[in-house]
Amino acid sequence: MSAALLSELAGALAAGGVRVVDLSQTLSSRFPQIVLPPEFDQCAPFRVEEISRYDERGPGWYWNNLSFGEHTGTHFDAPVHWISGRDLPNNTTDTMPPASFIAPACVIDCSAESARDADFLLTAEHLRAWENRHGKVPAGAWVLMRSDWSKRSDPVAYQNFDETGQHTPGPDARAVRFLVEERDVLGFGTETIGTDAGQAAQFRPPYPCHTFMHGAGRYGLQCLANLDLLPPTGAVLIAAPLKILRGSGSPVRALALATD
Amino acid sequence: MTPALIKPKPRNPVSALRLPTLPPPARSRSALRLTAAAAEGRLELQHCADCGTVQYPSRSACVTCLSHRLEWRETNGAGELISGTVLHHSNELYYRERVPLRLGTVRLDAGPALLVHLQGDCAAAPSRVRVSAHLDKSGQAVLIALPAEDTANMADDPMLREMTSDPKFRKVLVTDGKPAVGQAVAMAMVEAGADIVWVGVAEPWKQAPGFDALTKLKQIEIVPLDVTDEKSVEELAGVIGGKVDILINTAEFHRTHTVVDRGTETARAEMEVNYLGLLRLAQAFGPAMRVRAAEGSAPATAWVNLLSIHALSALPSHGTFSATKAAAFALSQNLRAEMRHAGIRVVNVFPGPIDDEWNQLVPPPKLAPVALAEAIVAALRDGIEDVYPGDVAQDIVTRFRESAKVLERELWDQ
Amino acid sequence: MSRASYEGVVIAAPVTIPYVRYSTKDAHWFLGRVLAALMKSAGIKKSRLDGLCVSSFTLFPDTAVGLTQHFGLSPRWLDHIPMGGACGVVALRRAARAVQAGDAEIVACIAGDTNHVDSFRQNLANFSRFARDAVYPFGAGGPNASFALLTSYYMNQCGIEAADFGKLCVAQRDNALMFPHALFKKPLTLDDYLNARPIADPLKLFDCVMPCAGAEGFLVMTEAEARRLDLSFARILGAIERHNAFPDDPIQLRGGWTLDCDDLYAQAGVGAADMDFVQVYDDYPVIEVMQLEDLGFCPKSEGVDFVRRNTFTVGGTLPLNTSGGQLSVGQAGAAGGYLGLTEAVRQLTGHTLGAKVEKARRGLVSGFGMVNYDRGLCSGAAILGAP
Repeated sequence: MSAALLSELAGALAAGGVRVVDLSQTLSSRFPQIVLPPEFDQCAPFRVEEISRYDERGPGWYWNNLSFGEHTGTHFDAPVHWISGRDLPNNTTDTMPPASFIAPACVIDCSAESARDADFLLTAEHLRAWENRHGKVPAGAWVLMRSDWSKRSDPVAYQNFDETGQHTPGPDARAVRFLVEERDVLGFGTETIGTDAGQAAQFRPPYPCHTFMHGAGRYGLQCLANLDLLPPTGAVLIAAPLKILRGSGSPVRALALATD
Repeated sequence: MTPALIKPKPRNPVSALRLPTLPPPARSRSALRLTAAAAEGRLELQHCADCGTVQYPSRSACVTCLSHRLEWRETNGAGELISGTVLHHSNELYYRERVPLRLGTVRLDAGPALLVHLQGDCAAAPSRVRVSAHLDKSGQAVLIALPAEDTANMADDPMLREMTSDPKFRKVLVTDGKPAVGQAVAMAMVEAGADIVWVGVAEPWKQAPGFDALTKLKQIEIVPLDVTDEKSVEELAGVIGGKVDILINTAEFHRTHTVVDRGTETARAEMEVNYLGLLRLAQAFGPAMRVRAAEGSAPATAWVNLLSIHALSALPSHGTFSATKAAAFALSQNLRAEMRHAGIRVVNVFPGPIDDEWNQLVPPPKLAPVALAEAIVAALRDGIEDVYPGDVAQDIVTRFRESAKVLERELWDQ
Repeated sequence: MSRASYEGVVIAAPVTIPYVRYSTKDAHWFLGRVLAALMKSAGIKKSRLDGLCVSSFTLFPDTAVGLTQHFGLSPRWLDHIPMGGACGVVALRRAARAVQAGDAEIVACIAGDTNHVDSFRQNLANFSRFARDAVYPFGAGGPNASFALLTSYYMNQCGIEAADFGKLCVAQRDNALMFPHALFKKPLTLDDYLNARPIADPLKLFDCVMPCAGAEGFLVMTEAEARRLDLSFARILGAIERHNAFPDDPIQLRGGWTLDCDDLYAQAGVGAADMDFVQVYDDYPVIEVMQLEDLGFCPKSEGVDFVRRNTFTVGGTLPLNTSGGQLSVGQAGAAGGYLGLTEAVRQLTGHTLGAKVEKARRGLVSGFGMVNYDRGLCSGAAILGAP
């Protein structure tokens, strides 16, 4: 691989031949965080406290203190996040190989189905149909489920709770196993607040995407945005979690490189 | 007419879990005899051995002749409901959550007047009813009147359901589904209307006759579970621990090993499954079940342990096995004491020899796995705590209560 | 054998420690205050007391004997009467006999209880062995369920209706509006009564007494002693008690008064028709009707007609529970067993706190207590007369 490749990329980036698409939601206290049943401990929401802003607390500088849970905003799930991945090697934010933070992305457009049915489930059949049009999902790729959920700016609509819990789209168990066992993907990403569907607590097994992806050492990305700006194939995803010692995940600035 | 129970909806995950509360558990020592009989499904009241008076509440002397010779005898619960009320208010947390609630006064044909819960289908007073004794959520006996004739959905009455653990619409874990007993229990749970039956399998490469047919049922889900492996138990609990409503521990290791046979490996293996397996399950699954004991219309309700009648009195020809079952029995009694705070019923099943490959040389009668499974379903439906299924178990428990020492001697040669 | 009379013994100095719904004080505090009020009312020092009779549910772990040290008393006659709603009449009977026999000269009879925010529930849980074994586990905390079953049965047997019970409650509330210690200070209409929230069918809210804290007391002494102390007093014309009457009745429709009522009137030399007022025990209105029947105001099972024919306010044809009774004043534990007695003495001596029954010469006080399992076990009644 020649050094020219990278300078060619730099040139394309500067000239606009390669677009950089921001796949991240803005981190703010207004962005909703995951809600667990109240008997469990909860993920801390994102909070900002000003240290100083050119004032008596610090006349020449502005800065903030931040607090948040590891799984806040657009964020990365490491394998250790789930009990099925707890004993795997290199399963934490500080030990995952950095090369895996940059990888090709396949985007499965489920936006029409998700608009019709908030509980839409992506199946292995859907994935095969996608492959018939766009080619086989390559090993080591991210598979991103586009639902246009990120366009729901109202937190109530984004969370979409009723008395039976959350209603958001996601993959079913067979789709996840297909991606892990037959396509050897790097991970699965969604625009919703989890890689699993809102009702996945009732699935058999519960939370199949977390269970099977992390059980196989694969990753998760959630609360992604702007997936509609990506081509079905050909984009490169850059998503590097903070290097937290034994961290289970972290907010990321997820970026995609795409050509037109 | 009691409406048929409808399948409970998933719980609203953002609302607070309803925490378990208990009806008042305090009883006098004498009244605990009512509990002792109810634990085995019988209504027993005090009968005066001298004048025959049947009395309730329990006393320390006969109300008629002052005799102290009072015997607890099985009593016919037939009687007349002479007055009824609907309670709309109670000072007790448990009942505040369960009003309105029917109570009545029943005059038994046998004599005494009883304050009882009323199953919803009992006709207004005056009417004929049958009184039975059941354990309530606190594990103590209370009386409930049922209509004289069975009604369509009688068991779905909310107060009766507080006293029973019907598998209908519940999620059940059978800890070892490979052997014939585990298969029969899993099948019986499906037939009893369980919503999901998770069937634990320890060594998936081992084939067992009949097992494939079981796996084809839509209610059945095979899960990896090896009770000798703490990690395996914890991982399964991590996935389904928050959903199991009834846990049936069928995992058993049984060899014909006497005390003086050389080596401790068999005894250790038996202990690993029969005793430590139960301990691992209790630690991994017990806490979550306790928290979920009041969740919705079909909450976590029961834990069943497959013991052996020789947990009561050892069978020397199966010496090390008997010892592990005695240890498991003691553990299960303690588990019961710890689960009572949530009202989770711990059911102990004490079968005689089961008709399986580890009792080949034991002469009949032996208990068929299907009969054992039926006994477990019946115990859950009837709210029974101690089950002695089959003729051999009944024979041995009767002899044990007559004289433990005589039984010990007689078991030497069996 | 005819019963000896209570000639020469009187009841005097009725005192009430005002009731409160909840109190942070203990029973000892209420009993101490009522004792002090008695001494002040009689104008004597406590060293003059040589008899003490105590009733309280919330005194645990103490009994009357502990109170002697607590209050610095050295009585030569002491009694503790754990009989709930019957404790007043029973205390009066025992104290009167002690005074007659010369075992004591001045007996202070006191009853009182506290009511902490959660103490009522805890008292119920441990009320009796039968209650703990066979009532409390069923959610029937307190006597509500037992009296609901009894009321329902009585209504079916005798054709009495909710409005008849309501008539008694409404009349008592009218009486209570003039009684300064009553905790219920708002008028009650029959509609209010009938539309109240259900407690245990057929009982609704205003059928049930409200637990509270408070105390009552009186003195028993010879008439000569009362005159020396310049105390107004009432005479004891007759008194009865009975426990666990009719144990074979499957449900309670009658109380022990039935067995002793003839003796009572014979001892007093008067009949039910001679009463200028009646103070019946009123934990539930059905028990009031039962007492009116069992004490001969009307034949058994005809209480419904009696209620319909009469009026029960202070100015009515039969003034009943002229303070408002427990249903409108509140039930201060064992003091509920004294409420009718202290009120009766006030009516007969003319020192009323509330409405006055004009020219009251004789009154009947009845007590009923201790729902041990399915019924009240203790019954008592006394006829008092003006001097």
